[in-house]
Amino acid sequence: MTIDLNQFHKVFIDEAHEHLGNMEQLLLALDIKNANLEELNAIFRAAHSIKGGSGTFGFSDIAELTHALETLLDKLRKQILDPTEQMVSAFLECCDLLNDMLQAHQSGNEVDESSIQTMRLRLLELADSDATSDESAFISSIESSEENEGFGFFVDEKTLPAAQEKSIKEEADGFGFFVDESELPAQKTNTVKSSTKQENAKAPAESSIRVGVEKVDQLINLVGELVITRSMLAQSASHLDPVQFEAIHEGLVNLERNSRDLQESVMSIRMLPINFVFGRFPRLVRDLTQKMNKKVRLKLVGEETELDKGLIEKLSDPLTHLLRNSIDHGIETPEVRSAAGKAEEGTITMSASHQGGSILVQIIDDGAGLNREKLLAKAREKNIPLSDNPSDKEVWQLIFAAGFSTAQQVTDVSGRGVGMDVVQKNIAEMKGQVEIESVAGQGTTIGLRLPLTLAILDGMTLRVGSEIFIMPLTRILESLQPTHDQLKTVSGQGRVVQIRGEYLPLIALYQILNLEPEVIDPEKGILVVVESSSGKVALFVDELIAQQQVVIKSLETHYRKVEGISGATIMGDGRVALILDIDKLAKMNSQVASSERTG
Amino acid sequence: MTRVEESTTKQTETEEFLTFTLGSEEYAIDILKVQEIRGYDAVTKIANTPDYIKGVINMRGVIVPVVDMRLKFHLGNATYDQFTVMIILNLGQRIVGMVVDSVSDVIALNPEEIRPAPDFGSTFDTQYLIGLASVGERMAIVVDIEKLMTSQEMGLIDQIIVS
Repeated sequence: MTIDLNQFHKVFIDEAHEHLGNMEQLLLALDIKNANLEELNAIFRAAHSIKGGSGTFGFSDIAELTHALETLLDKLRKQILDPTEQMVSAFLECCDLLNDMLQAHQSGNEVDESSIQTMRLRLLELADSDATSDESAFISSIESSEENEGFGFFVDEKTLPAAQEKSIKEEADGFGFFVDESELPAQKTNTVKSSTKQENAKAPAESSIRVGVEKVDQLINLVGELVITRSMLAQSASHLDPVQFEAIHEGLVNLERNSRDLQESVMSIRMLPINFVFGRFPRLVRDLTQKMNKKVRLKLVGEETELDKGLIEKLSDPLTHLLRNSIDHGIETPEVRSAAGKAEEGTITMSASHQGGSILVQIIDDGAGLNREKLLAKAREKNIPLSDNPSDKEVWQLIFAAGFSTAQQVTDVSGRGVGMDVVQKNIAEMKGQVEIESVAGQGTTIGLRLPLTLAILDGMTLRVGSEIFIMPLTRILESLQPTHDQLKTVSGQGRVVQIRGEYLPLIALYQILNLEPEVIDPEKGILVVVESSSGKVALFVDELIAQQQVVIKSLETHYRKVEGISGATIMGDGRVALILDIDKLAKMNSQVASSERTG
Repeated sequence: MTRVEESTTKQTETEEFLTFTLGSEEYAIDILKVQEIRGYDAVTKIANTPDYIKGVINMRGVIVPVVDMRLKFHLGNATYDQFTVMIILNLGQRIVGMVVDSVSDVIALNPEEIRPAPDFGSTFDTQYLIGLASVGERMAIVVDIEKLMTSQEMGLIDQIIVS
């Protein structure tokens, strides 16, 4: 009988990735001078689980490496050796290597054999390194190590039937390959202590399940349908006599409340704590600061702040860029810092918080701050146009220009001038904004303001002819009914409208979208002044209807991209309404105007 | 014995087709590509598209484009009332609605019953035709609906994906 091992491989690899991530977090949190035995044990368990799994599934190279890792970890947790900075570094690199190996196994590639051997020898060397040098620790541990050894075995084997335990004791090492504590169902624990420990380790695994995103999205769709069906029901029940059909009306009210609660909780499934991004930064900071001989303390605030999964994935790259920049350009070297009377160790704070309907992610460093003069000089050099007396805000925006870097030298971390422009682009794609505050000598704060979710939009519904459109509410500055003398026609430029001394291009939505409007005279309709990427424009529509939250749906799933439209949504009556892409509309309008001019 | 076997293999090879009419012509499409048949209502227009793309509809939370085949191929009268029908097609990853004059029947055809289409002046480009099949007295044109709907000619899919 042949068993398809591949499906088990995938499970193993997924699990191993989880264990490695777990291990990395524990390693980074480890206090070298005052190592906590609990933590060391947890790290050991993670390594051990990987070893067990890899042995079972025939990934002998991984098993071999983790065995070396385990040997060293075992000495640490038995307090034969004291953890050192080198060891932690070696462990972390070993984690990376294991990750690579897992990846290689998954894709069927080869891993560089020599690097594995080097790592293995390095670990074993560390494990062998003067075990006796710390005499007192060694002696004190002899006594306990006897015990510990036994205890260690129980940790490995408590999941096995008790009868086997004795016979296995001698060859526990070999057997370790096949034992995965967290997987075997039978749990016979001999020591209370270890059992609680294991439960601690197991708790997170059992309280969550892995579900594909498409399943969640399907749920969201279905709930959306439910809400629409409910409003249809409510509409047809509205003419029923409230006294005679009291039960129906009451039921509908309940249905409304329940479906709203259901919608909220389904939406919340997509929400993840921002820690999913923040979690990887302690490692990044550690690696970068070592490389650059800087001292940086990373403070994470508000890691539990939740935001949409789609945003979390897109946030990772920009935040990494910003953090690198802060370490490379922001935080000074310890010498410079102490000369300036600051603490040698710089602090970078990453914080996330809800602010109204949006999320604010901030990266605050107490470094040198942005240098206004340097930025201005660079701007002149690059021929970037600036006003005569630019405000700080304007100057700070310069760092987002492509190819703009004031770093004295290009390091492999940053300074090539790519990065900040990418950051701004990414954030803009998420419909967010980047804010910079900086005080020379005191540090820089970069704030990213993002919508809570990509799935919902605060919109204004408006009507042109018989069609309903949605406009993002955040873009609307004002709306007005113009008077005759506010409207002007500029030859070759189309119509403009004068609002408080400013001339704004007037875009008639019905012209650009080829619709039959109810009114063609802007004086009888409504002008909506919106902020587009190419400046303010006034959109001419028939009527504004209401402000409403809508669920954004893609047109491209079953159709294709439509110019001037960023997506679609489903209204309460079940109809589809299109969401306007303001930036694109403004561009289309200027194209139309310029073609008219040339033609 | 052999005859029985032969007939069973024939049975399994039979495919079912949905037939519909456009003007005076009868067309057949693979029924496995049909998701459902529904009435025509609440279509949201899309700006700057050819007239045969009627717009998009809400199919239980999914936004689906609708094509009027009568306009696309200049057949029949493009009127919209309670009898107008729309065939919802499921083409792999994509869902498309198609307005036709009427839906007639479900027929079972053996592959050998579908004869290659002669190179005649059909409304449909011959590259989208599988062949011709006779249904009783009438004749149905068997169309490769997936190929037609995903073609560049229909303009339902971004060209980058097509090429």
